[in-house]
Order: sequence, then C-alpha cells, then structure tokens
Amino acid sequence: MSESNENKFSPELLSFINEWKDKPGNLIMVLHKVQEEQDYISREAADQVAALLDVPLATIWGVVSFYHFFKLTKPGKHNIQICMGTACYLKGAQPLIDELAKQLAIEVNEVTDDGLFSLEAVRCVGCCGLAPVLTVGGEVFGKVTKDQIAGIIAKYK
Amino acid sequence: MSIVHVKINGIPVEVEAGTTVLHAARAAGVRIPTLCYHDDLVPFGSCGLCIVKQEGSAKIIRACAAPVHEGLSVITDDPEIFEVRKTILELILSTHPSSCLTCIRNGECELQDLAAEFGIREQPYEVRLSDEPKDTSSASIVLDPEKCIKCGRCVQVCQDLQGTFALEFIGRGDGTCMAPAAMLALDDSPCVKCGQCAAHCPVGAIYEKDEIGAFRAAVSDPKKKVVVQIAPSIRVGLSETFGLPAGTVTTGKIYAALKQLGAYAVHDTNFSADLTIIEEGHELVGRITKGGAMPLLTSCCPSWIDYVEKYYPDLLDHVSSCKSPMQMHGAITKTFYAEKAGLDPSEIFAVAIMPCTAKKYESKRDENMKASGFQDVDLVLTTRELGRLIKNSPVDFLKLEEEEADSPIGEYSGAGTIFGATGGVMEAAVRTAYNVVTGKEMERVEVEAVRGLDEIKKGTVDFDGTPIRVAVVHGLSHAKEVLDEIREANANGTKAPYEFIEIMACRGGCIAGGGQPYGANDILRKERSEGLYADDKKSTFRCSHQNPSILKLYEDFLGSPNGEKAHHLLHTTYQERPLYKA
Ligand code: SF4
Ligand code: SF4
Ligand code: SF4
Ligand code: FES
Ligand code: FES
Repeated sequence: MSESNENKFSPELLSFINEWKDKPGNLIMVLHKVQEEQDYISREAADQVAALLDVPLATIWGVVSFYHFFKLTKPGKHNIQICMGTACYLKGAQPLIDELAKQLAIEVNEVTDDGLFSLEAVRCVGCCGLAPVLTVGGEVFGKVTKDQIAGIIAKYK
Repeated sequence: MSIVHVKINGIPVEVEAGTTVLHAARAAGVRIPTLCYHDDLVPFGSCGLCIVKQEGSAKIIRACAAPVHEGLSVITDDPEIFEVRKTILELILSTHPSSCLTCIRNGECELQDLAAEFGIREQPYEVRLSDEPKDTSSASIVLDPEKCIKCGRCVQVCQDLQGTFALEFIGRGDGTCMAPAAMLALDDSPCVKCGQCAAHCPVGAIYEKDEIGAFRAAVSDPKKKVVVQIAPSIRVGLSETFGLPAGTVTTGKIYAALKQLGAYAVHDTNFSADLTIIEEGHELVGRITKGGAMPLLTSCCPSWIDYVEKYYPDLLDHVSSCKSPMQMHGAITKTFYAEKAGLDPSEIFAVAIMPCTAKKYESKRDENMKASGFQDVDLVLTTRELGRLIKNSPVDFLKLEEEEADSPIGEYSGAGTIFGATGGVMEAAVRTAYNVVTGKEMERVEVEAVRGLDEIKKGTVDFDGTPIRVAVVHGLSHAKEVLDEIREANANGTKAPYEFIEIMACRGGCIAGGGQPYGANDILRKERSEGLYADDKKSTFRCSHQNPSILKLYEDFLGSPNGEKAHHLLHTTYQERPLYKA
C-alpha cells in the first residue's frame, strides 16, 4: 500500500467514475480512464475502482488481464516501444528486441530494477517508411540498427 | 408452457418448449456426451463435446445450450460427429497431464471417463502444460492449474451459486487460469472454503486437502486414542461411494467401519446437533424475551460464518454465538467424555467426518476452538476422504454388520439427523423452542414450509399465539437478499420481518456439501434429504430436548443451557475479516 498516495485518483477521474457509476459497460470505460491517468492499473487502483463501482475485484482482474491494452505493471520512466507491425517485423524488429532485452537485462513487458526503462512490443505505429521503428516516450527513432541501441539507451540514462 | 414435438435420432419425444436438446435427448433415452455442462449451472457451451446435427440443415448445435423448437429433428451420432468429439478430447488432452494414476480423481474423473469411452489410445498433438504452480495456501482445498480444462464450472459456482467471487478466469487464450484476483493465493482471497468448486470440477484441478495420512498415523500410534464423530449428512452421503442408491442410510455400517479402521470410540455429531438446538433455542427465546439483535442467524455452517465476517461484518451481532455441532462435540469429547471414559484429554485424537471442506478450516479457526484446553477437533476428513480410507483398507463396507455408537455422547434424536438438509436446523430448533416457550410438545413435528429446494423459504410458526417468522436460505448467493433486508432495517431503526434465519452455504445443505461424493444435482439432493427425513421419522425421539443423553449431560456436567460452563465450551465469538488478506 506504499504507493497509495501516488495512486490517488484526480478529482476529474472521480467525477468521471461517478458519472459512469450506473451505466452499463462502465467498467471498461472507467479502467481506460484510470490507465490514461496512471499509465497502468495498479492493485490499489483496482481496489478503488472495485469500491467505487461496487464490482468484485475478481471481475476487474478478469477484465484487465483479458485485454492486451491494460497494463498491470508500472511502466519504466522511459517506456521503449518496439514496433512489431508487418513492415518493422520484416525489416528486423525482433533482433532489436533481443538486443534491447540483452542490454537492459529485462524481457518484454518488464521494467528495469532502477525503474528507468520498460520494454514493450506494439503494433504498427504508422511510420512504416522508417521501419524498423522504436519510440521512447514520445520520441520516434527510425531505421534503427542493432549498433544504435546502446546510444539510444545512453541518451535517457 | 407449450409442448413441442421433436425427434432425436428419429425417436419422437414431446417436451416443454425451451427444453434443451440435451434434456430432450435424455427424455428420449439418448445419451449425449458432455464435459463442461453441469445440471446445477447455466450452460456456457465452452467444450463443444455435445455437438449434434440438425437434420435438413448444415447446422451444428451444442446440445447442452440449444433449446428445442417444434419439429426439430437432430442426429446425435454419426461417424463425423464421433470424429469431431474425439478430436476435441485429443485437443483437451494436449494441454492435460497424463498423470491419472497419481491423481486424486483417478476412477472418478469425467475427463478420464470420456477418454475411456472414446477409446483414446494416443496423443496426436504436441502436449503443452501450464506451468502455473499448485495453490496449497488454503486449509480446505487445493488448486492445480495444470489439470484445469477451463470448462468454467468453478468460476460460475463461486460467483453465481456462492456469491463469493473468489475465483475468476484470469488472462486470455492459452494462458487463461482460474484463480483469485491479482493471482493472489486462495487463502488471501474472499474464498469461504465451501468446496463447491471442488465438488463441481470435472477433473482433478480443484480438490479437498487430503488428510487421510494423518488418520492412519493416529490410529497406528499406541499413545493416541482416536475418537471419531460423524456428521448428520455422512449417513446418507457415503452410500453412493459404495454403489448404494442415493439416500440409503448406512449409519450402523459407518460406525462399524470406523471401529475396524482403528477408532477407539465412535460418536455421532447428531448428539451435538441436539446440544446445539438446546443452546441456540434458549438463545433465541432469550433474545425474544430479554432483547438482543434480531433476527437471530444460525451459525452451524463455517462457510456462511466466513462469508458474514467478510461481507456483512455489521451483522455479526445477529449471528448466534453457538459453535457448530462439530466444535461443540470436540469440546465435550475432551472434557465430559474424557472424564466418563477415564481418559486423559491429551491422549485423545478427535476426528470429525464431515460433508464439508470448510470444516477443515473451522477446526483451526482461532483460540475458541481450544475450549477444552486442547485442540477440540484434531482432524477433519470429508465424506470423500472417508470413502477412500475405507476402500484402501481391508473393510468390506457392504458386508459390515451394523454397530451402535458409543455412549454417552452417541445417542441422538431425529431432530439432530435432519441438520444435514437445508431447513433441518430450523425445523429442529422450532421443535424445541416451541417446547421452551409453551411448555408443550408439538402435535406434528414436521415443518414442511422449511423443507425442499426453493432458494429462500419463508414461513410462520405459531407458538401458542406468538407467531415466529422464519426464513431458510441455502446457496450463499441467495443470502444477500435477506441480509440486505436486515441491514436496511437496522439503518432505518426498524426490524426485519423475521425472528430466526437459517443459512447454509451449500445448495441443499450439507447433504450436498463440498466434501460429499461427486455428482450432486437436484435429483440427488432430493434423494439424500429424503433419506434423512425417513431416518428422522423412525427415531424414538424426534426432538432434541427429549434426548435422554442430552438431559444427562446438563445434569451431570454442563448445568443450565447458556450457563457459564456451556458458554465457555459451546459458544464462540466472531470478528470482521478483510475480503483480501493481501
Ligand atoms: S471454496 Fe467456495 S468460495 Fe472458495 S473458491 Fe471454491 S466455490 Fe469459491
Ligand atoms: S478448475 Fe475444474 S471446474 Fe474450474 S475451469 Fe478448471 S476444470 Fe473447470
Ligand atoms: S452447508 Fe454444510 S457442507 Fe456446506 S459449507 Fe456449510 S457446513 Fe459445510
Ligand atoms: S509496421 Fe512498424 S511503423 Fe508500421
Ligand atoms: S457440454 Fe455442451 S459445450 Fe460442453
């Protein structure tokens, strides 16, 4: 529960939840909003949603673990997304993932021990001309090669 | 309801509109294999094993879920259907370990039966098993995700029948797993240990914590005197394990079997059911006349107690302070009985044979369960465990000569016997409370209004001009309705319209408890209950307060009902518990 402060819902989020409280299909909407504000669905956030909507925690967990969209772990300070869309895949996204995993010593969907980096494989990010593509935070890196990885990581250290 | 005409493999049948193809086929005497389907549950059609063809159409129907309509004609078996079903089974087996020989369900598994029926001899698909570890955190049941075939029964049982929401499908696709929220350990979840998930699981993925070994160790320890009690519903439950018709009462054989298994003495929990009625009856009358939270709620069922402590802690004042018959029995065994039998309580190893997985947890719940100064009940075995214990011993159950229970805590009334069926505690309490209030005996002791399988049964009993309003609930999810009524009344400073409410976690009561033989559905529930009611009818004494051994217990040892000694040994306290411990 040490994170509970960090997981305080904003007044906007609370009023959104209130507004959706009795509408059918509200759970997914509310969870979307929570993730938008907090980057992921923490256990504490799920507990709060359960209490606010009067929905069993198990039901919430069933939903968040079913959809790829929802993240159950806090992303690193810099979330590295590697595009695994068709173009990027064909142009060698997998070796990039392997290299990132090696250098950061984490697997996809994990966070480094210092909380600085996380790794995520995503669908086409819409810059296929630049394939293979990865993004860090909002910044896009195109035509990335394996030997550029160390430099990209260093930039955010 | 309108009647429709359908044909199953050319056999004409008339059934009510809305009947499923599966039930229409059963009416026509045609078997359709099923796996995910269970009579207690709403069909969810997850396995596809029950597929049939609709004649004159390319349509494939899931028989368990599809309703019939006028003129429907289905074919339930042909070479193509057979192959599809076989492939479904082979695919299920590709994610299932072939460890039947060492599985707790060996010989009693629905998947194993189907593999045998379909003559599966090889595994054509690559086998990939889940690597989720077993969850052994609970005192009552074990989850083994490796064996789970994702039929969905347990999740529906836990959520819809029990209203507990301990289990959910977590994850997606191949990685799906039945587990508590956040993949927490079951013991940290809202699970109330009823074991209904285990009783409904078709395979060995959820099962009772098997403690047969502890029984064997105790009977072979010369320093221990193993003293056994058997719960009311065991006498009708165990018979099915030995192929006897459901509802057959085998009390005398069970006593005999336990003796042969090495028990020093065998007693009957029915005796303590009678004792519970005396204590609870006086508590009820006391609350009516002297005041106290009303209505009074029963406290025999440990799953219900766990539920109220977690979900309705504001209503704990309403719950009777009486321990369950099992725990009362343990406390009396290590005090009164020890004294009478000339035993040192420290050498007694008290075993309880129960229909119930939650009783395993209850016996170690808290310090109140050591009222005698020792662990009042040392070991709880379910009916299924007793069945296995007998089967792997030299005892030939069907040939056993009947024996009697040992005195002085083996004698019981018919009121104690019916505790095992929903409404039984209420009926037994009414029989005695009537006597406490009016000083008279009921002319007719049967209280029909509280019998049967309606989810919530309500009635009014006339105590010589004083109406006593009662309600009986079984299947925990239905408790919400009456509990919310009480909560609302409390908030408004009024009283809910009842004096006494019985709540049992399991549908049908303990006769279909989570530790009883597999396969319970409403037909079996009815037959098992009828067995108990017939046994009650034959009893010399029909009311708890008429049981001479109970009267003697008060006279020689306890003093007065709800008195100081009774309070110390036979009553307990409750506490609010968090839904999630982690
Ligand atoms: S024992 Fe009862 S409450 Fe616990 S998981 Fe099984 S069905 Fe749910
Ligand atoms: S644990 Fe048993 S009942 Fe639950 S989904 Fe798996 S196989 Fe079905
Ligand atoms: S109804 Fe009986 S078998 Fe079921 S949980 Fe309660 S005490 Fe156990
Ligand atoms: S496939 Fe990677 S950007 Fe489109
Ligand atoms: S039994 Fe009908 S789909 Fe499983």
